[in-house]
Order: sequence, then structure tokens, then C-alpha cells
Amino acid sequence: MLNIDRDLGRFKRIVKGQVRKDLRKYMSSGELIGRKGKETVSIPLHKIGIPRLRFGENKEGMGQGEGEEGSDPGQGQKAGEAEGEHLLEVEITVQELAEIMAEELELPRIEPKGTQSAKTAKHKYKGIATEGPESLRHNQRTFKRALKRQISAGTFSPKRPVVIPIKADRRYRSFVVEQEPRSSAVIVYMMDVSGSMGKEQKEIVRSQAFWIDTWLRHNYDNVDARFVIHDAAAREVDRDTFFRTRESGGTLISSAYKLCMEILKKDYPVDDWNIYPFHFSDGDNWSQSDTRTCMKLLKDEMLPIVNQFSYAQVDSQYGSGQFIKDLKENFADHEEVALSRVANRDAILDSIRELLGRGK
Amino acid sequence: MAHIPHRFLRDGRGLPSQLEEARVSIKALAEGYGLDFFETIFEMCSYEEINMLASYGGFPNRYPHWRYGMEYLEMQKSYEYGLSKIYEMVINTDPSYAYLMDCNLMVDQKLVMAHVYGHVDFFKNNLWFAQTNRKMLDQMANHGSRVRKIIDREGITAVEAFIDVCLSIDNLVDPYADQIKRSHTSTEADYKAAAADLDIPKMPAKGYMDKHINPPEFLAAQAQKKVDDLAKMASFPEDPERDVMGFILQHGKLPGWKRDILSIVRDEALYFAPQGQTKIMNEGWATYWHTSMMTRDILTDSEVIDYCDHHSGTVAQQPGRLNPYKMGVELLRDIERRWDKGQFGKDWLDCKDPRERARWDTGALLGKEKLFQVRHTHNDITFLDTFLTPEFCREQGFFTTKYDKKARSWVIDSREFAEVKQGLLGTLASRGTPRVYVVDGNHNNRGELRLAHAHEGKDIQLDWASMTLQNLTAMWGRPVHLETFLDGKPILVSCDGTEVTREDRPTGELDESE
Repeated sequence: MLNIDRDLGRFKRIVKGQVRKDLRKYMSSGELIGRKGKETVSIPLHKIGIPRLRFGENKEGMGQGEGEEGSDPGQGQKAGEAEGEHLLEVEITVQELAEIMAEELELPRIEPKGTQSAKTAKHKYKGIATEGPESLRHNQRTFKRALKRQISAGTFSPKRPVVIPIKADRRYRSFVVEQEPRSSAVIVYMMDVSGSMGKEQKEIVRSQAFWIDTWLRHNYDNVDARFVIHDAAAREVDRDTFFRTRESGGTLISSAYKLCMEILKKDYPVDDWNIYPFHFSDGDNWSQSDTRTCMKLLKDEMLPIVNQFSYAQVDSQYGSGQFIKDLKENFADHEEVALSRVANRDAILDSIRELLGRGK
Repeated sequence: MAHIPHRFLRDGRGLPSQLEEARVSIKALAEGYGLDFFETIFEMCSYEEINMLASYGGFPNRYPHWRYGMEYLEMQKSYEYGLSKIYEMVINTDPSYAYLMDCNLMVDQKLVMAHVYGHVDFFKNNLWFAQTNRKMLDQMANHGSRVRKIIDREGITAVEAFIDVCLSIDNLVDPYADQIKRSHTSTEADYKAAAADLDIPKMPAKGYMDKHINPPEFLAAQAQKKVDDLAKMASFPEDPERDVMGFILQHGKLPGWKRDILSIVRDEALYFAPQGQTKIMNEGWATYWHTSMMTRDILTDSEVIDYCDHHSGTVAQQPGRLNPYKMGVELLRDIERRWDKGQFGKDWLDCKDPRERARWDTGALLGKEKLFQVRHTHNDITFLDTFLTPEFCREQGFFTTKYDKKARSWVIDSREFAEVKQGLLGTLASRGTPRVYVVDGNHNNRGELRLAHAHEGKDIQLDWASMTLQNLTAMWGRPVHLETFLDGKPILVSCDGTEVTREDRPTGELDESE
């Protein structure tokens, strides 16, 4: 191993420690969103400096170039010695980030629901075949075969141990198809986009969705995410639209729950999928009668098939915040219902803990 | 055993034949121009390897530490994003090793080789490098294996944490320590001489009784007591000691392995110190020679454009910044021109007529000779102090800047020669490192360490100072104090091991009257 790999490893461990320490900051600032690649998250860090005695902010500096006295010496002027302010981007894998989050928030690992693991066919190179491409030839086996043949035919002499394989001796690696259990989960994000959900509220939802994604992807081999927005009516959208849309008008929460059930029934048979609906709202619903419809829908249709139904209420200055109270009243003793109130960005971390802390 | 990749010890014959031919001819050219260098071994590296070498400061077998990983990551990123790339890397050893990046154009490789011979000539002949260990490759490897052994015994976490602490004071060394022996330790004889000036107390006695009441043995004992008192009263250290690291090493109470690590970090800091003191000269000298050789001798017609492109990148002038390559090479050329025309000495200095000065040419043709002399004796500070002229500063457009609070931005303050020169020297003298001395190793007679910052107009950054003091306290084992100034007021920052406090103080011996 090259020395640099070891030193790089040491540095990355320090970085992970730093991420752990700053997790709350990352969670509330939403800084990591948009930095997620396929398998890694790139984390902006200040270059870790070793403290030394050094000069503070410069009061005077030096430069070279054109310009009148008293004029701006040109862009980027910050004279000399300012060091240690570099931003460094460090990549850590989504897995590592999820593990850090799990340890910090003390999230229990999710037990996928019993029977529903779908099987997927996986090709594994475990077998041996008499035919195959030359690139997969198994030399050891081939020569063993040849040796056996020569010994039994009496053409092998220990004094002159030459082994020459013929075509029939050749052996090749081959794959066998194995059924592997694979756990799948679907997340249905639902969000109230009526006028009372402002930009700040959406940012909070976006942040939460990022961490929920990270955690569930860590726990399941295969995760689908679907997005539903609603005001008085609900429609399914893509991720991008989900976080951008702002409508005005009233709110009928039941419309979202109905659409969610349609999606689930159509694409996600309950035997194969672990189901996670998340609903974000400011807690305003149009009427008590619609709220009653919601409770009935939840109780009779949704709760029986989901792993967990989660509702996060993002405080806004307009919302009455009634809906979470209604949910509490109706489902206080239901384990599969997770409720959380998010007052502001700083509460995101605690909210995530409430939503994901049940190991469901 | 340190892991030294075999290729780093291979000799130059490994260069592809085309490059080897170029190397031989450039070497002959450089010798023809009078450059005098150690044998220089060139190696080809991929960008990953050169970044790795650069993050280790040129020594791939150094002791393990996370900061090399961080540097490496930063260089990799900045190369991958196309922000910067290292053309060359050369280390000050005998034989000297220089690394070429394998994906560079042929013309770049030639430029780099010419440049490298300039650097190696400088390493070999500049006085400030005279004391550096030319077998540093071996010593670094030796340091590496010592640290690895300590890690095996003490654990990586403890060792790395202590290296962090040592690095935190690795700028508190005396960069001139190898050149000047300054610490004068008073001996018994000094105190005797001092005591001889004092009256030796006697018992009162009448003249005829004196030799009985004050017998010679008694007087000798009294005299000895005086000498002992003087020795006790002497401050410790006697003169302010700039080598804080050395002082802790010598007088601190660190356990064995920590002492070993501290001395390793100090040795390496001292090895690299001359490179910081001669950045402008060294880069200027190498640039001077690569331009001379490339444009006069080496370039083929088809290479001119690429050469110009890359050379102009090296000496590019970003708005409002100083480029050591540019400054060094321009000042060297100015010196050559002045000494060729005889623009020096008393007559030249006495001449105040700008027109006459501009026309001045005695046909002295001493330029080259002067240049070699300058590269032998000067460091950046003496170089600028001696050779800056008002004409040069005006031509180069130097200015000082200040922060305009009303406009909330930096503005050009002055183009006056005196101020520009003072500004340049000030920047160099500090190099971003405040001068700090040990003034008392037994402060309050409680074994506490008192340091003093020789304040030269710039305040220390206090939050960093607090963290550094905590590290110093961890090393010294007793409270540590630092005298400095904050906004013109004398203050004392103290750390007792748990918290850092700040108080006003009367002015001390190192303070300039302000």
C-alpha cells in the first residue's frame, strides 16, 4: 500500500468525525442536498487547520499593477497571507453518511416485514463448464484434467513433467443463477402545496426528504420514491416539481391519501414491498368532515398495508396546526403511525429521529 | 522498514531516450553558463504520483500523518477540476531528485529541466542552504521509521494527536539557528568576573583584628556565595530565545517518545526554513535561467508558441497580488542591467537627476558576475533591501493597500518608494509568522513559561493563539503566558491547561516604544 493511501484514510476518518460533529448543522442548513451523486455525497469542509500563532486580519497589504491611489486594486484583492480558509470537498459514501446518521440519532436498523422479500436472479461465477469463452478459461482445472488424462493414458513421465492440454481438457468458469432475496421499499412523499406552505417550509421538507431517502436506501436494496402534491386536489409529480410547485387555494388532505392508495394498489403489491408514506403539511385542512374522511382512509385502507405512516407538520405562520392533533387523538395507540412537529430548521434532526426512530 | 518505492531511487537512465537527449544537452548548456549544481536525477511521474510527492514535500517516505492525505486530496481535486497543476518538483538533496509529469509536452519538459538546474544550482550555492542536510531523503526515512516504531508502541491515535500539537508550534523556531550561534550561556567564570566588581561583605572588625575575624577562608566563602547568588538571579533563558521548540525540547519535561517526535518535527521545520526565506530569489533565479536557455538555445520553431503560453502563465500577474517568480526574475534582470551599465556605487547613488540616471552607462558589463554573487549571499529580505530602486518599483507598479472602512473594500494606499519598500520588507520579514521569543522559563518562580511576541504593527489572531497556547501548555506541562498587543494595548494571554485568559499588562522588554 502506498503511504498516501494510509494518510488519506486517516484524513477521511477525521472528516467523518467532523461530519458527525456537524450533523445537526448539515441537517438544518440543507447544505448536502444536491451534492448527492449516485453513491457518494460530497461534503464541503473547511480545510482542517493546525492552529499556529499567526497574524490576524491584515490592515495593510501589498500589490502590483495599475490603478490610482485610493482606487480598488482589482478583483480578488485580499493581499497575501490569508490561508486555511480553503474549502475542500470530501466525498463519503451514502452508506457511510447513513451510518453516521444512524449512530448519532440512535436509529434502530429496520427489520423488513416478514414474507415479502422479492427474489431476484443473480449471476454468480461459481460453476465449471466444459465450454466457454477463452477469457474465462480455468487454467488450474484445465491442467489438472490434462494431467489426469496423461497419467491414465501413460503418456506422463515424472522425469520430464510436460503437461499438454488438448481441447477436451479445457475447463471454463461458468455462472450459475442464484435467487437472492432482495428487500424493496417504496416511499410515497405527499406534500401540501397550498398557499400557506411557504418557501422556508418547503426547504425543510426537502431537507427531511433527503435524510429519509438516505436512511431508507441504506436499509433496503431497492427503493422507489413517488411524489404527490395536493391542495384541494392531488396529483402525482416528479421529484423536481414536487419541491418547486406552489399553488394557492384550499386544502383537502384526503385527496392526497386517496391518490397515494391508488398508486400503492396499482404498482406496489403489499407482499413484495415495504411501504412508507410520508405526509408533510402545515396542519391546515379545509373542513372537519374531510379530516374525518382522512382518518377513515388511514384506519381502514392505509395503515393495514404500510410499515409506517409518517406525518410531519411544518409550522407556518398561517397554518392552524390542527391536523396533527386530530391524528394524535385517533392514532395515539397505533405503533405504525409516526408524528412529528417541525418548528424550524433546527428541529429537523429531532424530527427525523421521531420519524425514523422506531425501526419500522 | 520504510516503504520506499523502488522507482524513486532509480537513476536518470530511466528517462525515455528523447528526454534523456534533451537532459544531456540542457545539462551541458547550464554548465556552459556557469551554473554549478549537484547531480540531478530526473524521474517521470503520473499526476497522481507527483501530487503524492508534493503533498509529502518531496519526500515519499516521511512519517505518517493525516495532513499529507488532506493535501493530496486537495491537489487531486484541483488537478481534476483543471484549476492547477504541478509542472515540476525538485528536492534539495545531493544528488538532487526532480520529478517530471509524464503527460506534459516535450517543450514543457525542457522548460522544467532548465528551471530545475537553476534551482539545484541555487540549493548548492546559496549560503542560506549551506547548513541543510543534503542527505535529507535518508533522514526523512529515518524519521519515518522512528515514528512508525513509536506508533507500534503507543498507538496511532496518541502519536498523531501529539504530532498535531508539535506542528502547532513548528513555526516557532529560529530560522537562522544554523547560521548563527547566539545563545550565550554564562559560565561560572562570568559570574566570578561580575562578582569581582562587587565588595565582598566582611564582618566589622578593627584593623588589627581583621585577619582573625575575617580569615581568608571566610572571605573566599563569602565571594563564592556572591557568585552563586548572581547565578541564581540570572534570568532563564538569559537572552530572549527565538527557538521556542528547541527550548521546550531542552528544558521541557516530555516523556521520551514525545521528545523524539518533537525533535523530528523541529528538524524538518528547520530543513524547510531556507526555502521559505528564499522563495523570491530561488524562483526568480530558476526562471531567469529557464528563460535564458529556452529562448537562446533550446526552443525549436514549432515550440515557441507553447513555450510562451506556459512561461507567461508562470510569471502572470494577477491583479493585486505578488508573484514571486515574476518579482524575482524582474529584479534579477534589473540588477544585471544596472551592473552592466555601471549603475551602482557612490557616483550613481549621489546622482539625483533622473534624466542622467536614465542615460547612465559606464559600460562596466559586470551584470553576470554580480548575479552569481547575489545568488550566493542573499536571501529574500536582504535581496529586496539591497536592490530595490525607486525606478524599479515604479516600473513594476508596486503599491501598498489598506482596508477602507467606509468603502468596505481594499484600496490602493500608496505608490511612494519608501512605503512600498517598507511594505514589501514587512511582508517578507513576517512571512505570516509572528516573531515570538521565550523570555522566561521559570515565570513566577513556578516553572511557568512566558513568551513574548515582538510586535511589529500586526496583531496576532487571538482565537488561533488560544488554541496554540493550549497546545503549548500540554507540551510544557505548566501554565504558559504570551505577551502581545491588541489594538495597541499591551496584553498577556495565559493558559493554565484548561482555560485561556486575557489581561492587561505593563510593557515588557521586547516591546518597542510605540
